[in-house]
Amino acid sequence: MTTTEQATGTPPIAEGRAHTALVTPQSDAAALHGVKRRVSLLDRPYALAGPLILVMAIFFVGPLILTIIVSFWEYTQYSIEPAMVVTNYVDVFDRCIARLPTLCVTFATYLSTLKFCFIVWAITLILGFTLAWFIVFEVKKTSTQIALFLLCTIPFWTSNVIRMMAWIPLLGRNGLVNQTLMSMGLISEPQEWLLYSDFAVILAFIHLYTMFMMVPIVNSMMRIDREILEAARDAGASIWTIAMSVVAPLCRPGIVIGSIFVITIVMGDYITVGVMGGQQIASVGKTIQVQMQYLQFPIAAANAVVLLGAVLMIIFAMTKLVDVRREL
Amino acid sequence: MNERGRRFYILAGIFTLFVLFLYGPMFAIFALSFQGPEGGLTFPMRGFSTHWFAELWKGVGVVDIWAAFYRSLRLGAVVAGLTLAISLPAALAYRLGFRGATLLFYTVIASLIVPSIVVSLGIGLEFRLFDDWVKEFVTGHQTSTGLFTSALGAHLTWTLPFGLLILLAAFNRFDRRYEEAARDLGASPWQTLWLVILPIIAPSLIGIALFGFTLSWDELARTSQAIGGRNTLPLELRGLTQTVTTPAVYALGTMVTGVSLAVIGVSLLAITVMGRARARRSR
Repeated sequence: MTTTEQATGTPPIAEGRAHTALVTPQSDAAALHGVKRRVSLLDRPYALAGPLILVMAIFFVGPLILTIIVSFWEYTQYSIEPAMVVTNYVDVFDRCIARLPTLCVTFATYLSTLKFCFIVWAITLILGFTLAWFIVFEVKKTSTQIALFLLCTIPFWTSNVIRMMAWIPLLGRNGLVNQTLMSMGLISEPQEWLLYSDFAVILAFIHLYTMFMMVPIVNSMMRIDREILEAARDAGASIWTIAMSVVAPLCRPGIVIGSIFVITIVMGDYITVGVMGGQQIASVGKTIQVQMQYLQFPIAAANAVVLLGAVLMIIFAMTKLVDVRREL
Repeated sequence: MNERGRRFYILAGIFTLFVLFLYGPMFAIFALSFQGPEGGLTFPMRGFSTHWFAELWKGVGVVDIWAAFYRSLRLGAVVAGLTLAISLPAALAYRLGFRGATLLFYTVIASLIVPSIVVSLGIGLEFRLFDDWVKEFVTGHQTSTGLFTSALGAHLTWTLPFGLLILLAAFNRFDRRYEEAARDLGASPWQTLWLVILPIIAPSLIGIALFGFTLSWDELARTSQAIGGRNTLPLELRGLTQTVTTPAVYALGTMVTGVSLAVIGVSLLAITVMGRARARRSR
C-alpha cells in the first residue's frame, strides 16, 4: 500500500522538479544577459482571440439574444414597444391545436419545409456518399483525386442566385428540356411542372448543396485505413456489405456534419424556395422575411425563435440517433 | 471485365453525370449571354454577339448596377482581409489554450449553422434598436446600418467560421518542431511567426482569403435584412431576375461568375506554385 502510494506520488513531484529545473537556467541565462523576456502579444490568448470574440458577440450572440427578447415585445404599425407578452407566439400558433386535423398556416409551412428537408437530405446523402466513394476509393492518383474534388467544390465559390437563375432557360415553358422532349415526340405540349414547382426547388437544393454533404464525407473516408476494406473483402463481404457495414459507420462524423449542414440550410431557406418556387411556395424563412418587410419585428422574432428551436431539435435528435446506433 | 473494373466505370459514369449536372446550367447561361441582339431568354441562339454585354455596360433596369458592383467588390476585399486578420490570431490563441476556448469554438460553429435568416433578422433588429437609442441623443440621426457596419458584420459571421476551421485544421497537421528549432536558434516570437509559421501555413491563408472574398461576393441570405438602402450586387441581381427580361441579366451573371472564377483561379494557382516551390526546396 505504502509502496503504491509512493510510486504514484513520486512522479508528479519529480516532474515538477524537472519542470523547474528546465525553466530556471533559462531565466538565469536571460537575467545574465540582461535580457528581460517581455510577455509578447503572441503569448496572450485573450488578446489574440479578442477580435473574434468581439465580432461574435456583436454580430451573432447579441443579435440572437435581442431576437429572443424582442419576440416578447408588442408592436403597432409604426413602432415596437418593450413588453413581456406571449401574444406573438400565440399568433404564430394561431388555433393550430384546436383546428387539427386541419393544418394551420404555421404547421402547413413547417410540414412543407420538413418535406423538402427530408427529400433533399436523403438524395444529397446517397449522392454525396457515392461521389465521395468514387474520389476516395476508386481514383488511385492523389493529383486526380484533388482535381476531381476541386471540380465538385468550385461552384460552391460562385453565386447561388446565378446558379439558380441558370435553370430558368433549361426548365422554363420554352426551355431546352421542353424543346428537346417535344422535338423527340415524347410530350405533345410543354410541361409546366419543371419550373416554379416543388420539383424545381428540390433540384436546385441538390444542385447547390450536395457539396456540403460530399466534402465532410470525403474527409471522413480519407481517414479510413484501406487494410480494413481488404480484410472485409478477404472475409468474403460483398461490396454492398462493405459500404453499409464498414465504410458508412466509419464515415459517421462526416455524415452527421454534412446532414447538419444540409438540414439547417434547407430549414432556414427562403431564397431558393422563392426563386425556384416562383414566390408561390411557403417556407418558414419566407414568412420571417415578409414580416420583416412589414416591420412586424416582434412576430418575425417569435417565428425565428420557433425556427431556431426546430433546427436545434433536429440537430439534437440526429446526434442522438447516431450515438444510439453506436451503442447497439 | 472484372467486378472492380465494372464498379469503377459505373461510379465514373455517375460522377460524370453529376459534374454535367453541376456545370451544365452555368454553361447555358454563358452561352445565352452571347445571344444575338434579336435573341431571347431561351435557346435557340439567334446569332452570336456581345450585344448584351454592351447593354449591360449602359446599365440594366432602374438600379445602378455598376455602383452595386463596386460596392460588392470593396466589401469582398474588406471581408477577405478582416477574415484573415481576425481568424489567424484567434487560431494562434487556440494553440496556447485558454479558458472558454471550447465555448468560443461552439459559438463559431453555431454561427455557421444557425439559419441565415435568423442571423440576418437579429442583426437588422440590433441596428434598428441601436438607431432608436441614438436618436434620443442625436437629432437628425438616420441609420447606422450600411455596407461597412451591419452588412460587414453579417458577412463576417459567415466567413469567420470557415477561416477558423481551416486554420485549426492546418495547425493540427503543423509540426511544432520547426517552431521549437526556430526558438532554440534564438528567434523572437514574432520572428518565429513571420519567418517560420506563416510561410508553412501560407496555402491555408490564401484559402481563407479565397473563402472570405467569394462568400462575401455572393452572399445574399445574411445580407438581405442587415443592409440599409444601398444593396450589394447579389441583392440587385436577385431583383433583376424577376424584372429584367433580356439576356443582359445573363451577361451580368456571366460577369459576376467571371470575377469569382478569376479569384478562384488566382488563389489555386498561388497555392500550387507555393507547393511546387516548397517541393523543390526540400528536395
